[in-house]
Amino acid sequence: MQLGQHLPVLQVVIPLLSAPLCLLLRNGRLAWMFTLAVSWLVLAGAVWLLLQVLAHGTVSYALGAWPAPWGIEYHVDHVSAFVLLIVSGISAVVLPFAGISVAREIPADRVSLFYTLYLLCLTGLLGIVITGDAFNLFVFLEISALSSYALISQGRDRRALTASYHYLILGTIGATFILIGVGLLYMMTGTLNMQDIAVRLPAVTDTRTVRTAFAFLIVGISLKLALFPLHLWLPNAYTYAPSVVTAFLAATATKVGVYVLLRFVFTIFGAAFAFQVMSLGPILLVLALLAIFSASTVAIFQDNLKRMLAYSSVAQIGYMVLGISFASLTGLTAGILHLFNHALMKGALFLALGAVFYQLGTVQLTQLRGLGRRMPWTMAAIVIGGLSLVGVPLTVGFISKWYLILAALESGWWPVAVLVLLGSLLAMVYVGRLVETAYFHAPPEDDREVREAPLSLLLPIWILILANLYFGIDTSLTVGVARQAAALLLGVSP
Amino acid sequence: MLLALTVPLVAVPLVVAARRRPNLRESVTLIAATLLFGLVVSLAPQVMDGARPTVILAEPFPGLPLALVLEPLGLLFALIASFLWLITSVYSIGYMRGHREQHQTRFYAYFAIALAAVMGVAFAGNMLTLFVFYEVLTLSTYPLVTHAGTDQARRAGRVYLGLLLGTSIVFLLLAIAWTWSLAGTTDFTPGGILSGTAPAATLGLLLTLYVFGVGKAALMPFHRWLPAAMVAPTPVSALLHAVAVVKAGVFTILKVSVYLFGSGLMITLVASHWLQYVAAATILLASLVAMRQDNLKARLAYSTISQLGYVVLGALLANAAGIVGSAMHIATHAFGKITLFFCAGAILVATHKTEVSQMRGLGRRMPITMMAFLIASLSIIGLPPTGGTWSKWYLAIGTLEAGQLALLAVLMISSLLNIAYLLPIPLRAFFSAPSGDNVTGGTHEAPLFSLAAIIITTLGCLVLFFYPEPLYRLASQIGR
Repeated sequence: MQLGQHLPVLQVVIPLLSAPLCLLLRNGRLAWMFTLAVSWLVLAGAVWLLLQVLAHGTVSYALGAWPAPWGIEYHVDHVSAFVLLIVSGISAVVLPFAGISVAREIPADRVSLFYTLYLLCLTGLLGIVITGDAFNLFVFLEISALSSYALISQGRDRRALTASYHYLILGTIGATFILIGVGLLYMMTGTLNMQDIAVRLPAVTDTRTVRTAFAFLIVGISLKLALFPLHLWLPNAYTYAPSVVTAFLAATATKVGVYVLLRFVFTIFGAAFAFQVMSLGPILLVLALLAIFSASTVAIFQDNLKRMLAYSSVAQIGYMVLGISFASLTGLTAGILHLFNHALMKGALFLALGAVFYQLGTVQLTQLRGLGRRMPWTMAAIVIGGLSLVGVPLTVGFISKWYLILAALESGWWPVAVLVLLGSLLAMVYVGRLVETAYFHAPPEDDREVREAPLSLLLPIWILILANLYFGIDTSLTVGVARQAAALLLGVSP
Repeated sequence: MLLALTVPLVAVPLVVAARRRPNLRESVTLIAATLLFGLVVSLAPQVMDGARPTVILAEPFPGLPLALVLEPLGLLFALIASFLWLITSVYSIGYMRGHREQHQTRFYAYFAIALAAVMGVAFAGNMLTLFVFYEVLTLSTYPLVTHAGTDQARRAGRVYLGLLLGTSIVFLLLAIAWTWSLAGTTDFTPGGILSGTAPAATLGLLLTLYVFGVGKAALMPFHRWLPAAMVAPTPVSALLHAVAVVKAGVFTILKVSVYLFGSGLMITLVASHWLQYVAAATILLASLVAMRQDNLKARLAYSTISQLGYVVLGALLANAAGIVGSAMHIATHAFGKITLFFCAGAILVATHKTEVSQMRGLGRRMPITMMAFLIASLSIIGLPPTGGTWSKWYLAIGTLEAGQLALLAVLMISSLLNIAYLLPIPLRAFFSAPSGDNVTGGTHEAPLFSLAAIIITTLGCLVLFFYPEPLYRLASQIGR
């Protein structure tokens, strides 16, 4: 028995078992270091898994050695390995930042509790991605969701509580819808294993029950991934959550939501059913475009920067869904690629705002006047991250946009390509507003001494920023894996 | 060729490191500029021999690398830009100190980055690479345009970024992606790559996207950024907005015309005719607007828009004379316009005057500057003994070859308009009775560094008239 064989299950078991251990560590600093170690371990595992998948193809693991249709199967293919890498990678970068940021934002007696919740949330997100069992997916979805409700409620602002409650209500509705969908599928096929459902589904596909299941699942998942107009929980939740939680969730939770959408639409139902029988394409296309334009426009008028970026996230989710809605190889590649790229941008930007919050105690736009002079490294990071959001060449945002446009042109929908580009102009406006305030306005009068953020905050930010630039130039890893993942989902050769 | 990109970039940290010692900082800039010019000159012989060396920087998309290829048009542009960077550096030492500008280190640093981007544009081997450096150029010049940090500078910066990034993202990027999906390549290939890939109407639309997508070419109605950007310090206006940035724009259009569409295809496209009329309208309208500007820099800005129209027109005509004329006009207009801007800056530093109406009788106080202004004006108008004569000559032949008499008429009328808005300035400076405070005192020229730069570029205008041979040979190699 080799350790490597158990790698898939270890991805979930390690953080899951660490969570209660973390609770036992009463010292906040110790809990942080422990969480950090666990997260890095998980990242190492994720990298290993990705390499295995790239070398040998799909990895399958039978939980408790019960063979697949009966027991729970963990199923790691290109798509899940890629998303695993995103989740664990972002977590590994965010946690070093968390050290002093959490110590400042969370009361000392609750810090170890905070990290326990964090580990549970990580467990849930990883579990969703790695599992090959539809019901197991729902369980992990609930683990991650419940822990993130609690994490969001830890924000210093009291409005965090209502935001969290709001999210709880909508998130639960979404989860219930997903559960109903999974239940209906189980009723029709008698199995919960995804591959197995996929095999049995074609026989019963022409029933109202399956169509209803599809509808429930799509709506439920759309709530989870905050697809317009089901995004209403997101802006408040991201605005009032602690900085670290915002950065982590913004870069991972919605990505996992998109992953679930991909899984159900392509692996379980199959592209033919979803896009030809249920005509999902136009629905997603219209919603995605609405998301891009409405959310970007709203973002322009926000004075709280976290809220501005939250709306920008809704818009960016629109880009991912847009790519998926083409249901073509290039389109799907663009969507999956943007999962990764957007995680890099938003992770970096929310962390940078976290550093601003750490120094200023606020992220109101008006308070950022003249900050370019006083926190040069943080603001430079925000500028580069913002450019990436706009999609300027040499950043990851450009790569995503390029593939999206190509996908639109390939499908012959050039007006969509124009709209995508117009959407990035809106991003330019809200990023430009931030830059002008930080660099062209004199600092506010009541001049407290504001200095650059400490190195332990800057380092994670700049790791992500440099990743933004690196993967904007050398895309062999990201595009390569995304393309293979897309080919796998569509069942064609890459 | 790769060195040409790295030299200005290496200069950036050195400039920043030497921020406390201005003399050292300026020496770094001067050395880098000299080195760069030397490098670009050393590349010339191989191009004339027909070699087309290639460097691949990275490959962000499979089959679509970031590549540099040396070819005559790019070499021409790189030569002009690197030479004028050197001269401008000399000039800005006098100007920035004489005018006591703030944040000089930031100024020199971004200037060097912008130059690296210009080199990238000049040597780009395919449209994607060109686009990447084009955007870098826009972004790196934004801090230069908004250098003053005032509300006016901020508004100008908004217009600048908004128009340049906006057009390039919405139109140009779309056009490039479209080209890629049609032709499967964006390499600059002599003879073009798009011929026969799609119906003429589609290609016409694509050409329109390209021509308007290159906002830096300042074709109406996307020209507003150029007058707005004139709030920048004069050396920036001079190098970036008379030479590097705007020329990067028309250079791009020329590249697109010669290497993506190819002249054979261009001549047959109906859209190309319509765009020629747009260019002609830009030439005339901008000249008319220029006549009404009292602010000297604004007048020069509109004059630039009009002259860029010439280059675009030549590129769209796409016959041999048109291409040669366009390429030569890039060079001759660069020398003429940079001299004019230098003069405007010299007047500002020496007398703090910005309006044309204040400059009566100024010739007695600043004889050298105003003499230079006169010669450069002649070059812009296209009169001997200046270089502008030749480029306008070839452009005129280009319109005749294409049988477009109307366009020829536009060129001629515009030359008359040029006379009307440029020549009165030096003439009044010399022959009108001095007014206001121009009466007092003897000569009072700009700082020596600035004056030296003005003299060099003025001589450049004259040299291009008497020895246009090398320039012509280089220009006639384009597309081979």
